Amino acid sequence: MISTLRNIGQFVLGMLSVLGRSGEIWWRAIWRRPRLANAPLLFRQIYQLGVLSVVIIVLSGFSIGAVLALQGYNQLVQYGSESALGLGVALVLVMEIGPVVTGLLFAGRAGSAVTAEIGLMKATEQLSSMEMIGVDPLQRIVAPRLWAGFISMPILSLMFCVVGIWGASLVGVDWLGVYEGAFWSSMQQGVDFVSHVLKGIVKSVVFGLIVTWIAVFQGYDAEPTSEGIAAATTRTVVFSSVAVLILDFFLTLVMFNF
Amino acid sequence: MSSSHIKIENVTFSRGSRRIFDGVSLEIPRGKVVAIMGPSGTGKTTLLRLIGGQLKPATGKVWVNDQCVSKLNREQLFSLRKDMGMLFQSGALFTDLSVFENVAFPLRIHTDLPEELIRDLVLIKLQAVGLRGASALYPSELSGGMNRRVALARTIALDPGIIMYDEPFTGLDPIAMGVVVQLIRTLNKVFGTTSIIVSHDLQETASIADIIYVIADGKLIGEGSPEALFNDPSPRVQQFIKGLPDGPVPFHYPARDFKEELLEGRNW
Repeated sequence: MISTLRNIGQFVLGMLSVLGRSGEIWWRAIWRRPRLANAPLLFRQIYQLGVLSVVIIVLSGFSIGAVLALQGYNQLVQYGSESALGLGVALVLVMEIGPVVTGLLFAGRAGSAVTAEIGLMKATEQLSSMEMIGVDPLQRIVAPRLWAGFISMPILSLMFCVVGIWGASLVGVDWLGVYEGAFWSSMQQGVDFVSHVLKGIVKSVVFGLIVTWIAVFQGYDAEPTSEGIAAATTRTVVFSSVAVLILDFFLTLVMFNF
Repeated sequence: MSSSHIKIENVTFSRGSRRIFDGVSLEIPRGKVVAIMGPSGTGKTTLLRLIGGQLKPATGKVWVNDQCVSKLNREQLFSLRKDMGMLFQSGALFTDLSVFENVAFPLRIHTDLPEELIRDLVLIKLQAVGLRGASALYPSELSGGMNRRVALARTIALDPGIIMYDEPFTGLDPIAMGVVVQLIRTLNKVFGTTSIIVSHDLQETASIADIIYVIADGKLIGEGSPEALFNDPSPRVQQFIKGLPDGPVPFHYPARDFKEELLEGRNW
């Protein structure tokens, strides 16, 4: 009984300590006046995290859009409502699949890279030497990555949706023969910017923040050994993916008035 | 301004259950070359990190330039570090920057010097460590010894008032070692730099140090000039200086009886 209580206590203390340390990193890295001199570092990170993720986002977006069109057509054609295919695919992509799948892909490609990079910098004493030179690694290393994630994710998510819809139109209109006018006009009428697109963008911003936050914290807090960095990289992908899925549920609950 | 550049007062520090320092006090005078020596694992590097404020002592105080390091906030600490240079054991060069940019890094961060002047200063520092010709290379293209020489050039880029050298002679060939020894002495003479050398290379360190502190088992076991230390009658100091495995300073990490452990689990 006592040992169970002690284990629970230790677990809770451990969790609080992680929350405290990660919050401190967040606070120190983000809530400080950004320096103009650090702008090139930010652009470089936007390239590393955002631009280099474009290929995987475009390929995945196209595949998922095409699959949604195939499956959606199969169901809708039974009721003679295949003209609503464009609307269905667009809503699913913009509100749910776009932000969520982009978040998961972003965690796997960019999040893991950020953790491994920062963890290795720690293991090779680069962070320590930066501190001793009088430069705060939280400002120079962590902040640009956090901001880059925050900026890149919504753009990637929008890209995913656009390419997904294009993939769906290729399959639905050009291959399966859905009437082109109905495909696009139903989408135009049914998809509202504020009610659907903006809410999807909000989701992707939140996912971008949470994934990069987890990634930089895991890297910064990693044990500076090969095993430590491997474990931290795995934790980044697992925690970020779970966080994206759980947060998606709550965001949907709050934003779509359930 | 006190004559001590750095003062360590009754510092205790532990890692997990292992006590690294148990009430260590020492003073590092301004403009002197001071060596911290002792067997591996006695916390020599930890001492440098305590001075640099990267670690905080459990009890006791570390004073640098009459400022208590553990009481400084993050901004004050970073400001204090502008006058400190530290040569890390691994070199710790930034792998995404070239040799030139690594040495230029502190200059670009802390000064507004024009690009031509930064270029000249970087080339002067690289010339001092014999690697001006390698300025375009990246750290991954350098050998271990070259890596540390570039790191040394970066450490002295801003001509700091305090330079801490963590094992500066390890991995250097005899020629490079001679150059580095000479460089530490010259920096000290010309700029009045306070130098702290953590090392267990006794001969090289003794040849340039004004004062040597010997640490073992978490305590200061000897101090003084190299001559005084060589003549110190303490068996602990003599064991370290003569490199004897048996003596009051244990060579072995605490363990069970060797014979008992070897025989354990055997079915005779």
